[in-house]
Amino acid sequence: MSSVARPVGGKFLTPVTWFFIVLALIGGAFTLARFVFGLGATTAMSDGYPWGLWIAFDVVTGTALACGGYSVAILAYVFNKGKYHPLVRPAVLTSALGYSVAAVAIIIDVGRYWNIWKIPVRVDKWNLNSGLLEVALCVMSYVFVLWIEISPVFMERFKESGHGVLARLSTAILPVLEKVLPFILALGILLPTMHQSSLGSLYLIAWPKLHLLWHTPLLPLLYIISVVGMGYAVVVFEATFSSRVYRRERETAILGSIGNVTAWLTLVYLAIRIVDIALRGRLGLVFRFDGYGLLFLLEFASFLAAAVVLIGRKARVSPATQVGGALLMMWAGSLYRFDTYLVAYRPGPGWSYFPSVGEQAITIGLVALEVLVYVYFVKRFPILSGAPSASASR
Amino acid sequence: MTVTRRSALKVIAGAGAACAATALPAPAEGRERRKPGPDDVGLLYDATLCVGCRACVRKCKEANGLPPDRRELQGAVYDAPDDLNAQTKNIIRLHVEGNTTSYVKGGCMHCTDPACVSVCMVGALHKSKGGIVAYDKDLCVGCRYCQLACPFNVPKFEWAKAFPLIVKCELCRDRKEGPACAEVCPRGAIEYGKVTALREEARRRLAAEPKKYNGKVYGESEVGGTHVMYLAAVPFEKLGLPQLPSEPVPELSETISHGIYKGFIAPVVLWSALAVTIWRNRKKGAEGEEKP
Repeated sequence: MSSVARPVGGKFLTPVTWFFIVLALIGGAFTLARFVFGLGATTAMSDGYPWGLWIAFDVVTGTALACGGYSVAILAYVFNKGKYHPLVRPAVLTSALGYSVAAVAIIIDVGRYWNIWKIPVRVDKWNLNSGLLEVALCVMSYVFVLWIEISPVFMERFKESGHGVLARLSTAILPVLEKVLPFILALGILLPTMHQSSLGSLYLIAWPKLHLLWHTPLLPLLYIISVVGMGYAVVVFEATFSSRVYRRERETAILGSIGNVTAWLTLVYLAIRIVDIALRGRLGLVFRFDGYGLLFLLEFASFLAAAVVLIGRKARVSPATQVGGALLMMWAGSLYRFDTYLVAYRPGPGWSYFPSVGEQAITIGLVALEVLVYVYFVKRFPILSGAPSASASR
Repeated sequence: MTVTRRSALKVIAGAGAACAATALPAPAEGRERRKPGPDDVGLLYDATLCVGCRACVRKCKEANGLPPDRRELQGAVYDAPDDLNAQTKNIIRLHVEGNTTSYVKGGCMHCTDPACVSVCMVGALHKSKGGIVAYDKDLCVGCRYCQLACPFNVPKFEWAKAFPLIVKCELCRDRKEGPACAEVCPRGAIEYGKVTALREEARRRLAAEPKKYNGKVYGESEVGGTHVMYLAAVPFEKLGLPQLPSEPVPELSETISHGIYKGFIAPVVLWSALAVTIWRNRKKGAEGEEKP
């Protein structure tokens, strides 16, 4: 197996991509409606539930699922495990796309989007008590860092083409970028560590409203541990998916050991979570078997199932087991985020929330757009590595 | 896969060290409890004096240029808001239980240590002159974190508008005569003044007529104190005022994040350590990488 990445090639417009284009267009139409008619007309959000699907899914869960780049970078660059290098490029690309989608979702979600530029610019007005300020600045910077991390992919391609301004520019920039890359990669690990833990911190202040099975001073710690596991799960899933679709060799052994890391992280997460709840004398809330207790048990069981599947001997060799475990892990991590942000958040009597058709359409549209850009880049630029198998000629 | 297992633990140690260090914040590092300043102003609402005439609701709308919240009932139109909302910064609710009735005012509590101000990214919501929690629309991004953080569900958002604002009571801070609600109340149920003086007045009323009241001043200790305070005959929780401890809402979150990010030392150290490690690893060449 060679670890040199190459473009997959092939046609971009297929029936499948057309399907995603339609979804993206529907989302686009609803986005237009949101900007013309306002948030009330297009969403189910209210003064009781000021944050809805877009924050819980597109931003919080979406960026967590986009942490493949972060998780793989830790293994490949910090722990210096060269065998993970083939996974870096596709992981960083999905991260860049996932974070960009989250950024777009935020612009759609906030009411006074024309003031967003003031957050990075009005340094004199920064409120350093605000966890959201930290998240906003970190996410903005990280989107840049991710595109810089992935930029060699495009520049290599331009350089190969050999002529034009882009080729000359790429030839000049690539060696410089190569030199400063360790500092950018370090930033690419620091920033998610900061804001992914802070996404947990955001609900620390909601203690009068957040259910006690979810509210704990350890929220930032629980968020950062679970995000690393989710990042690995996404890499396992994505590597399998692209090896199938593009009929390339699958890195089963590498993915098996990544799954193993995920399993151990998940067990650490579960241990901290349950010990914390027990020490705070809140175990009784679990065994009240009301909706919240059952939801907590479902979350716990999901994490545990993911760990058990990924830790077993079978997960080393069987792609199906790896994908199963990864899906369980993604589900568990997403459920944890949805629960904290929406289900366990209780603004008081009389309020309820379920995402409107418009909110769902915009979320689906954004995911569709993300898939389309991924497919385009993978087909045109050197992102995936591994020799295509004999039948891969489409 | 012992190496990976060890790696996993190292990852946690590295990524979570900062969080873990502050997971149990030392009391000494806790932030200071705030007190109302000597010139801070507020309201004292006495539910036992209120007759529910809603003159304050009407006057509030007039003073703040807020449109009526139109309700149609059997062909007639009323300005009848059912809660605080984008057109209503002040409301009078009715509580009935058996033979006892009580009215209760709703609106911004102007906390001494407000959650909305703690979370607002660029200070669109901020403490202004007189301890008033004020709103600057030019800085507001419309993220609505204030709504999430407020334990009283006070800040409201103009959901119906394409160019929305956050709407909340600012104690008529640009009005010479002071808050319109206090000015117009025919029963003196809403008193405007310095917070310290209002607290004394509340205590005086409790002592003078202990039988008339439930014995407490709501807003004296709740979430570290509020500048809008309540007296009532009925227990406050029955009037829909949430039972809250004396801990200011932002205390926990600010203690934890200032612990993690103290002097921005932890992030800088982590970044330097990562950069050095990555740089050295690259010189060394990665383990297990196949040479092409």
